[in-house]
Amino acid sequence: MNFIRNTNTKGIRLPEQSRTHERVLEMLKEKVGDQYILAADSSVVADTGLDSVSVMDFVFELEDEFEITIPLDRIAEIKTVADLANTVEKLCEEAGQTTG
Amino acid sequence: MTIKDKFAAVQEAFGALKMLGRDPSTLQFDRILSPTEGVMDDRAMLLFGTNNYLGLTFDKACIRAANEATSRMGTGTTGSRVANGTYGTHNALEERVARFYGMRHAMVFSTGYLANLGTITGLVGRGDHLLIDADSHASIYDACRMSGAEIIRFRHNNPEDLAKKLKRLDGKTGDRLIITEGIYSMLGDVAPLSEIAAVKREAADNTYLLVDEAHSLGVLGENGRGKCEADGVMDDCDFIVGTFSKSIGTIGGYCVSDMEGFEALRSISRPYMFTASLSPGVAASALQAFDEIERKPELRRRLWDNASHLHGGLKALGFQLGADVSPVIAVRCPSKELAVVFWNALMDAGVYTNIAIPPATPNAISLLRVSVSAAHTRSQIETALDVFAVVGAQLGLIEATDTPHHSRPSLRIISGGASRAEVAIPPQVQPEEASAAAKP
Repeated sequence: MNFIRNTNTKGIRLPEQSRTHERVLEMLKEKVGDQYILAADSSVVADTGLDSVSVMDFVFELEDEFEITIPLDRIAEIKTVADLANTVEKLCEEAGQTTG
Repeated sequence: MTIKDKFAAVQEAFGALKMLGRDPSTLQFDRILSPTEGVMDDRAMLLFGTNNYLGLTFDKACIRAANEATSRMGTGTTGSRVANGTYGTHNALEERVARFYGMRHAMVFSTGYLANLGTITGLVGRGDHLLIDADSHASIYDACRMSGAEIIRFRHNNPEDLAKKLKRLDGKTGDRLIITEGIYSMLGDVAPLSEIAAVKREAADNTYLLVDEAHSLGVLGENGRGKCEADGVMDDCDFIVGTFSKSIGTIGGYCVSDMEGFEALRSISRPYMFTASLSPGVAASALQAFDEIERKPELRRRLWDNASHLHGGLKALGFQLGADVSPVIAVRCPSKELAVVFWNALMDAGVYTNIAIPPATPNAISLLRVSVSAAHTRSQIETALDVFAVVGAQLGLIEATDTPHHSRPSLRIISGGASRAEVAIPPQVQPEEASAAAKP
């Protein structure tokens, strides 16, 4: 079973997610497979079983999907699933895209 | 993470692997007999894991030059290039490297790692944009971080991805520096440099190309000038970085360029300024080695003959190889543990290779990095193939084959480093015969 919860692991409800957020989480789910339950505050590395190379591949997939570039220093700041989605959303905005 | 946590994490990650045999971080060669033979733990080894592509570490002229320079100028300069550490030999070496490439400027650094650090941090900084191949060497990643410039990775050997990412920078200020290698160190695959150069030509004026030819100097190109020469794109390569620790057979690094004002780097490149210069012996042997590369094109031919022979042989045995024919051949292993066992078993049978496991490898694969030299004899390559055949079959990596040399005494392989006294060594690898076989 694998689903993305709209609450963090302490059961606190998080803000409405944009379409960008949803797509990022969907792609992560596809990448990671069925055995992980992901919450917004799950660690991108520790809670997904992704090694550093798979993370890099996933970053490439996100860049292609959203037509953005994620520089290395922005990747270094990403700890949780929410960080990842927020970074993608921010970069989309900076690139002048609508995020919906 | 505390220091203690860090140490403990390493112990946990690698402790289990060390239990399977030798510890890669404490391996020691007791003797080196030739570019292709060494002795470890009283066991003679064929060396198929060096970067000694042209076998110049035992070249008589290079050794003579090194000894003569050491006798004449001493064991070291004890100074930086910008203080007391520049001798005539250093300047002669820079002139020689520049002349080899047909470029106006050359800077010599104390190692190839420092050449990347020194060049990249000297060229770009905060506000600039680096576009680097995802499989770039650690020295390139470290240099990029140190520079403070924005670091963008493009998919390995993918000029379309590079072009996409360059386009996304339109409108942003700052110079763009594209970084790629010639031959990649782990898989031995080659960059599509013509296409990358074409992308660079189409891009904005302030877009530059740096090519790290560490593994391709002396190996590719009609005159051994690397992938830039082989692809006919020297004019598009604004900066070429290289090393003396592979084909040149010693240690040190360099950057060459035709760019106006390049010499300014001598005053701003910290990795150039704040470290000691090459010892006179090293500089002299490097200088001699460039002459040898030019005088002996047959070295490159022999290297590629050997590479074809070894690559073809391993492929025919059924091993999964990383790339096309190359002096660097990656033999893929299905798991980290099997790679370690394989690596140890090959050494027990007298064949030394490099092991590469995550996180040091692209795509998180485990592999044995097998490299060949112009100095290897046909017979040594045949012996290595026999060993790969026997050990590979024993470990279930390939199917057992009838080798053409099964009249030789068979190898009793015992995995693990403790078995040194008990392994039968193939006749070619006995030290006395090894030094006899080393003569060209």
